[in-house]
Amino acid sequence: MTSDAFISIRNVDKFFGKFQAIDDVSIDIGHGEFFSLLGSSGCGKTTLLRMLAGFESPSSGEIYIDGQPMSEVPPHMRPVNMVFQSYAIFPHLDVRDNIAYGLRKQKLPKAKRDEMVDEMLELIKLPGYGDRKANELSGGQRQRIALARALILRPKVLLLDEPLGALDKQLREQMQLELRDLQRTVGITFVFVTHDQEEALTLSDRIAVMSEGRVLQMDSPTGLYERPSSRRVASFIGTMNFFDGTVSGVNGTSVEVAAEGLGTLRLDRRETAVAEGDKVQVAIRPEKLGISDSRPEGEGGRIEGTLENSAYLGERSHHYVRLDGLEKPVAVSAQNKENAIATADRARPIWLSWNEESLVLLAGD
Amino acid sequence: MSDQTLSGASSSDMPIRRANWFARLIYRSEAARGFALLSPTLVFMLVALLVPFMILVVMSLWTAVGFDFDTTLTTNNYQQAAERPIYGALLTRSLWISGIATVVTVVVCYPMAYYVAFHVHRNKMLWLVFMTLPFWTSYLLRVFAWKVVLGYEGVINSALMTIGLIETPLEFLLYSKEAVIITLAHAWAAFAILPMYVSLEKIDKSLLEAATDLGDGPVMRFLRITLPLSLPGVISASLLIFIPTTGDYITPALLGGPDGAMIGNLIQKQFGPINNWPMGAALSIILMLVIAVICVVFILLTNFVRRRIS
Repeated sequence: MTSDAFISIRNVDKFFGKFQAIDDVSIDIGHGEFFSLLGSSGCGKTTLLRMLAGFESPSSGEIYIDGQPMSEVPPHMRPVNMVFQSYAIFPHLDVRDNIAYGLRKQKLPKAKRDEMVDEMLELIKLPGYGDRKANELSGGQRQRIALARALILRPKVLLLDEPLGALDKQLREQMQLELRDLQRTVGITFVFVTHDQEEALTLSDRIAVMSEGRVLQMDSPTGLYERPSSRRVASFIGTMNFFDGTVSGVNGTSVEVAAEGLGTLRLDRRETAVAEGDKVQVAIRPEKLGISDSRPEGEGGRIEGTLENSAYLGERSHHYVRLDGLEKPVAVSAQNKENAIATADRARPIWLSWNEESLVLLAGD
Repeated sequence: MSDQTLSGASSSDMPIRRANWFARLIYRSEAARGFALLSPTLVFMLVALLVPFMILVVMSLWTAVGFDFDTTLTTNNYQQAAERPIYGALLTRSLWISGIATVVTVVVCYPMAYYVAFHVHRNKMLWLVFMTLPFWTSYLLRVFAWKVVLGYEGVINSALMTIGLIETPLEFLLYSKEAVIITLAHAWAAFAILPMYVSLEKIDKSLLEAATDLGDGPVMRFLRITLPLSLPGVISASLLIFIPTTGDYITPALLGGPDGAMIGNLIQKQFGPINNWPMGAALSIILMLVIAVICVVFILLTNFVRRRIS
């Protein structure tokens, strides 16, 4: 271990028979960080979490938690606790016994234990629920009990396996905020697994986007959204317009690209390594495109197209604009700050504009 | 109902037909539906169970006189059963033997059910079928098979003698309480495995992982999660074995010898060689009542456990 990371996943592989679920994954997670593993189902995120918990062991590679190698440590001895997707509330115990379940080993006097449970019930905003049965609880309450049951043991790391997946939208948003607050209060490292990109962006300090057992990109929510490193990450998180192009000139970090539909663009290559003549892609988020009836003035690029379709969503509208030489229309998302543009006459000429900083250069494919 | 408006509005050529009174009754009343579904069984139970039972009750109040019955109603038989120690002794022994057989069966079968529920991932059904294999032959044949295994010159004795562990055959193997217990435990194994398998199978595997995650090693996890959650299966398995084995007479008759005789043998003798049907009837009723009392205790226990679990 070289870094001062709190959790260090070093070159971990995991095979189930011939199927490789995890392919050479290395991740460092800092102390007190809210870290998310994001990906669609089957991408290996849950397997990775279960390896942290000790329910699966890596086929090769090593996992360190707080500097200790974990491969020889059985799950019940690890300094981690988990919130299960199904919550796994023990049905034969009441809320109090559920929360106090893991305290048995510490051999505390009953009064002390009750006090700790009451504190936890206070923390999860369910005071007075101690004597309820597991089947008398709603989904959100069960979720909180599962959290309390894990947190009462003061783990070094809390693992959360899609804990909000079973809740309805409103409750989920409320729980997201509470979860974030809770993490700040207790200061424990959270490793959170989700397939919901919005949830990951809302909650996390950093996110690892996974696909087919590999980490595609690891960055802060803004980094992932604003500077995706590949087309897959860009299209997995939010929507993105892609334009094929060829590099026509490199000057320091500034690159000139001839992009289909948009013409010649000048943009910052950032970390993407390109040479003249390379096939690249230029990407831009729908909300970074301006839309107007007349030719926009000022800095940045602009192009004229044809408004093909519009969808009014209340707070914002989605427009689809056809550009010459492109098969797919370009998606534009516009905030309806003033009254929305009256629903378009089809096939109306319209202007698109953008800032050069909003363009993202993606290498290859 | 809205069928009038519907038929009025319907453009279809088919007129909407009103159901006849029986169909309407079935449609409306859940109780009627229940009784309709029960009726074949209900009729059978009335004819084949309730009627013989009533005959048994009435007969137990008669007295045997030679080859005939004195039909004056009297509780003489019950008094005799209470006064003569042989009846009480046999009843106690029956409860004792089948109690031990029940415990042995449940304890031996629990690990098997546990294994299939948690560690077999493919062909679970096949495993269960194999476990019920003893049931594929008749009860009588199975008892005879045990006679061969446990006999004076049987499989166990000759094997032990061949390898030189014993000089003379072990006599306690056959014609003893132990022989009865071993045979009953084997014969009723499937009745224990199936209910326990069902309740173990139902346990959510993530509960076990959660218990591990919260610091329980395998033993504590079993005692705190698996066992309490499978208790309903254990109780119903016990009930399923205890009730029929208490009154069993085939196994004790063939393998029990004088030490292993049970109340069922005595009842059978009352109806057979002794030819005292009223006494046999009285003993049957007593046995039934005792089992019923034990059953009620069991069911109360089951309910208590179920309430704690759900």
